[in-house]
Amino acid sequence: MIGLSHYLILSGLLFSIGLMGVLRRRNLLMLFFATEIMLNSANVAFAAVSYFYNDLTGQMFAFFIIAVAASEVAVGLGLLIVLYKKFGTLDLDDLASMKG
Amino acid sequence: MEKYVYIALFAPLVSSLFAGLFGMSKRRTFVGVIASMLLATSFFASAYLAYTVADTEKPIHITMMNWISAGDLVIPFGFVVDQISVTMMVVVTLVSTVVHIYSIGYMDHDKSFNRFFSYLSAFVFSMLILVMSDNFAGLFIGWEGVGVCSWLLIGFWYHKPDESTDVNPSISPSWAANEAFIVNRIADLAMLVGIFVLYWNTGSLQYDVVFPALSSLDNSILTTVAIALFIGAMGKSAQFPLHTWLTDAMEGPTPVSALIHAATMVTAGVFLVIRANPLYSMPDVSEVSFFIASLGTFVAFFAASMALVNRDLKRIIAYSTLSQLGYMFAAAGLGAYWIALFHLAAHAFFKALLFLGAGNVMHAMHDELDIFKMGGLKKVMRGTYLYMGIASIALAGIPPFAGFFSKDAIIETAFNEGTLVLWGILVVTAGMTAFYSFRQVFLTFDGDERYKAFDIHPHEMYKFVLIAMSPLALLAMIAGFFQGSFQEFITHLLPNYEMSHHTHELALYLGGLVLLFAVGGIALAYKKYANGLVRNEKLENGFIYQLLKNQYYIPAFYAEFISKPYAMISTMLWKSVDMKIVDATVDGIAYIFYKGGDKTRKMQTGNLSNYLNWMAVGLVMMLLVATFYALIA
Repeated sequence: MIGLSHYLILSGLLFSIGLMGVLRRRNLLMLFFATEIMLNSANVAFAAVSYFYNDLTGQMFAFFIIAVAASEVAVGLGLLIVLYKKFGTLDLDDLASMKG
Repeated sequence: MEKYVYIALFAPLVSSLFAGLFGMSKRRTFVGVIASMLLATSFFASAYLAYTVADTEKPIHITMMNWISAGDLVIPFGFVVDQISVTMMVVVTLVSTVVHIYSIGYMDHDKSFNRFFSYLSAFVFSMLILVMSDNFAGLFIGWEGVGVCSWLLIGFWYHKPDESTDVNPSISPSWAANEAFIVNRIADLAMLVGIFVLYWNTGSLQYDVVFPALSSLDNSILTTVAIALFIGAMGKSAQFPLHTWLTDAMEGPTPVSALIHAATMVTAGVFLVIRANPLYSMPDVSEVSFFIASLGTFVAFFAASMALVNRDLKRIIAYSTLSQLGYMFAAAGLGAYWIALFHLAAHAFFKALLFLGAGNVMHAMHDELDIFKMGGLKKVMRGTYLYMGIASIALAGIPPFAGFFSKDAIIETAFNEGTLVLWGILVVTAGMTAFYSFRQVFLTFDGDERYKAFDIHPHEMYKFVLIAMSPLALLAMIAGFFQGSFQEFITHLLPNYEMSHHTHELALYLGGLVLLFAVGGIALAYKKYANGLVRNEKLENGFIYQLLKNQYYIPAFYAEFISKPYAMISTMLWKSVDMKIVDATVDGIAYIFYKGGDKTRKMQTGNLSNYLNWMAVGLVMMLLVATFYALIA
């Protein structure tokens, strides 16, 4: 029998994978993928909790997050394209003009 | 009637603010003219108030507004125009009007002409607050206000460089100004204590509440208050041992010396004692009162002795001011308050005249003040000679001029009280006063023309200045005749003081004796100095002459035993405490932040990945903290 904790563990694992991606990756595009994974781990947790507590609010929230994530990706990818056109790279180690 | 009180009080303030508007711009004659006109307005309002008070015999008491109201402490801005304050108001506004007009001529070539009038009028305003206030708090504000104005005006030529004490005993105007201010602060501390003790024990600072409540107070409290208030008076009126600042204050422009350091501000101490007469005439504080009389007598003699040998025109007059203040305190201490006030008024007229005359001489001699370098000036300066002659006769106490009546009354009082020692000293001092006044007059105006050797071409002062001085000359001559009516006017408020029958019978002989001393002094001065200056090396190098010339070595003593140790302690505290503890702490804190910032600056790599790592670290730490608190809760 699959219970709530299984879903939450899955969510936690996904979040950790996303976090590791954010920390280790050097490519901005990959960073985007990693943040999407983190967002979706949250969605999993919301949906699971919502189902087990018989409360639709969580699922509504998950949809809301998906909508926001979609628009965020649209803007973000647009920025990435501009950035790539300007610098010819998306490697974070080469994009350090704010060095203090 | 309120209207006139406000006009008298605020016209000088308006004048000060108006002149202040032009403070930084170039010299404009109309500033001086308008200031003088406003002061004259104030004088006429005061004179009208004096007439009204004399007519109705009722004081005018008004409360302008509430000033401090906290808990039980209520201090209004209240003014009382009674016989005492109206006398002071008339004297102050009259002398200051003359001095304002005089200054238009005297400060003619000064580039800070406008600023001078601003300060001078501000002084008059403060002085009026001092005398008109109906409570001790207002008196104290005026007291400090005149102190500040005195500081501003002594140091008016603050740009003059410091000199050694051999060349100039007061070093520089800014030094003299600071000395005056600091010495007065010392005295003001005692005065504040006196006011606090009064408030603590009577619950009010209003004169009309405090004075009736005195009789229920303890003996020791009364004595404390009397002593503390008198120390305040000693500072402002430059009584021994706080007297050194007054002669150094002569660094200021001469009109300032005439107005502030002769006629008005320095008499504030006497005014305080007179105002607090219900306190000082109580039998419980008779020792304090007697001390005041003794100190006054001592200062009268002490200052006169230093004036005997001084060569500086203005300093001689300053010593004579000190000496005359001593006379006033002697009278006030012996209970003859109205005589003290009478001498105060008469003295204000002839002393201001004397100073203004000295200003004319100084102007003519291109700021030379050494009377050994003058002589024979009467040929070129007839008007000034006449004025200074009148003022000196009045000061020496020759009838029928003002000084005779007022000073003779004081000396008679000392005899009447049976304090024959004080009486003797005062009589001798009267002779000395006559001698040094006329020594100065003869050395300046008579004898050989020594100034020619120094290539100085003296000239008389402007006509309008001489005309402006005439009211003072007139009053110096005739003020004495009003003794009787003044006594009747003032004793509605002040306790009357009448000579005993015995003294009354002897009055003629007593007056004759004083007159003898005065005439003797003048004759001696005439014999020695009228036909030119003959210097006696042996006398001048003698011990007594040197002692007097060096002011009994008191300034040197203060410099050696107060200023120098104080400077040493200050240097020590500065170097060890301030630099090593206070500054080190502050610098250390700044250093930690600076270094911390410098070291952590490297976190700002510009690499987004690094930032994200730090963000993760922060997140983990916050999670840990949250967990920790969740666990202990």
